[in-house]
Amino acid sequence: MMQVLIDFFSFSDPNIRYVVLGSMLLAASSAIVGVFIVLKKKALIGDAVSHSVLPGICAAFLFAGSKNIPLMIVGAFISGWLAIVMIDFITRHSKIKKDAAISIILTVFFGLGIVMLTYIQHNGYASQSGLESFIFGNAAALIGNDVIVFSVIAVVLVVIVIAFFKEFTLMAFDEPYAKTLGLPVSRLELLLTTLTVLAVVTGITAVGVVLMAAMLITPAAAARFWSDNIRKIVVISACFGAFSGLAGAFISYMAPAMPTGPWMVVASSCIAFFSFFFAPGRGSVSLWWRKRQHITDLNRRVG
Amino acid sequence: MISFWIILTGALVAVSAGLLGCFLVLRRMSMVGDAISHAVLPGIVIAFLISGNREPLTVLIGAGILGLLTTFIIEYLHKKAKVQGDAAIGVTYTFLFAIGIILLSLFAGQVDIDQDCVLYGEIAYVPIDTIITASGVNLGPKPVYLLGGLLVVILLFIVVFYKQLSLTAFDPGFASAIGISTVIWHYLLMGLVSVTTVVSFQSVGAILIINFLIGPPSIAYLLTGSLKRMLIYTVIIGTLIAFFGYHIAAYLNVSIAGCMAVTTGIIFVISFFYTHYNTRVRKKDLVMNKTSQPVETI
Repeated sequence: MMQVLIDFFSFSDPNIRYVVLGSMLLAASSAIVGVFIVLKKKALIGDAVSHSVLPGICAAFLFAGSKNIPLMIVGAFISGWLAIVMIDFITRHSKIKKDAAISIILTVFFGLGIVMLTYIQHNGYASQSGLESFIFGNAAALIGNDVIVFSVIAVVLVVIVIAFFKEFTLMAFDEPYAKTLGLPVSRLELLLTTLTVLAVVTGITAVGVVLMAAMLITPAAAARFWSDNIRKIVVISACFGAFSGLAGAFISYMAPAMPTGPWMVVASSCIAFFSFFFAPGRGSVSLWWRKRQHITDLNRRVG
Repeated sequence: MISFWIILTGALVAVSAGLLGCFLVLRRMSMVGDAISHAVLPGIVIAFLISGNREPLTVLIGAGILGLLTTFIIEYLHKKAKVQGDAAIGVTYTFLFAIGIILLSLFAGQVDIDQDCVLYGEIAYVPIDTIITASGVNLGPKPVYLLGGLLVVILLFIVVFYKQLSLTAFDPGFASAIGISTVIWHYLLMGLVSVTTVVSFQSVGAILIINFLIGPPSIAYLLTGSLKRMLIYTVIIGTLIAFFGYHIAAYLNVSIAGCMAVTTGIIFVISFFYTHYNTRVRKKDLVMNKTSQPVETI
């Protein structure tokens, strides 16, 4: 066990270095975007998008006839984006509420993805092996040029968020005010949507489509408990995300056959539950403690 | 005969889930149903590991507990720990689902289900799992009986407690004013949703359960404004989805569960544009009437 740990953390194998850096970077970047998604109360939309990219991935595979990562990213991007647009369209033009619209789009898109996946499997494409790893993720598959492609997307995400930091913050906390200031709110909303889809796309190899939503939401929800300052929240969220990415890469190194997505999610969920209970100031325990102190204080003064 | 059993299984799941789903959609709690159907997975796996077989009762209890626990955790995080509602749902069920998947991959040899089965079930194998009497008469697949029994329970539940269920869905304030506890009905409904999820899980998988919970009720909700009609439409639509979904899947030789989900999508799109067109026509009529009325009064 010790030896494995030393081998892993010495990063002597260049492959490990790539996998670790790649998964930390993509987990951190999606955690950063996630902060704004959670603050805008769109956590469940992230869930819908992450399930909805599957048909795009399969379509790209059918089109190219092999696992072509750049093409798959494009496919995933298109179908994820389409899903968001359709949810918006349904809620705007009918009495269907948002939650139901999200559920319907999620299952229909994912169902379509499964149909295409089984079609690919039953029609004996020679190179289809590994396509299932997109469902639950496999960090060890981040090799060679692919890791560069995903890292570039992750860096682009971070740069865009930093560039529009002020606008996004304003939109998240006070949209009417942002509108009054003359910010192009609907266009910024569109940008945030696009970033959400991009963040999901970065995670499709390492985390898989089913649990990618958690990598957006969970670190951000946890970070919200540690600070009231948006800059700090973003940094903390990125750290939590990076740590989960590291955990996932380590598992992938220890047991290559294991799907890594679930492990990353469990790592970040543990951080989240710890934060919900024990974060100073907002956590349950400290709330309870303060309440008790108030009561004893009152009793002392009255009695 | 094989196709008959598969369609029957699909239809039974669709009707049971859909009837409960109507109340979820009305309470705007679709995503909680979504969460429960993912979160029962660790319960099923643990029950499998403890009992060592797919004894329905153990699995049912294990997963039922997990289902209720999920509802409880979500409520707790939201109300007590002040986590935002949507984030509470998202964090809880992805966590439980991830644990389920990890347990599955750790004990892959000892558990009778695999990752594929979790997502899209093994409805195609339903006809194999038959009950054969001592005299050798084939009575049909086991899951069909389980699902049939469940459907009877759900029908009784809805018929007997129709008043309480509809009141707590439409006007919780009034319901509690006349002494109907919204909390009890909330947990009863969620308990039934988790039981339905568990019973259906092995045959249709998590994704299709969500599809049947929310899909047919939403389509029915689009088409009508009356709860009774909504329930009836849900039954009809669910059966249609099971029927067409199976035939499309058989024709293309692809996943049955996936095809049923796609069929739901197709029916949804058709009814969406149908009602969209209708309401526009009606609005136009309304506008015409309004403008013509003042003329008459003058």
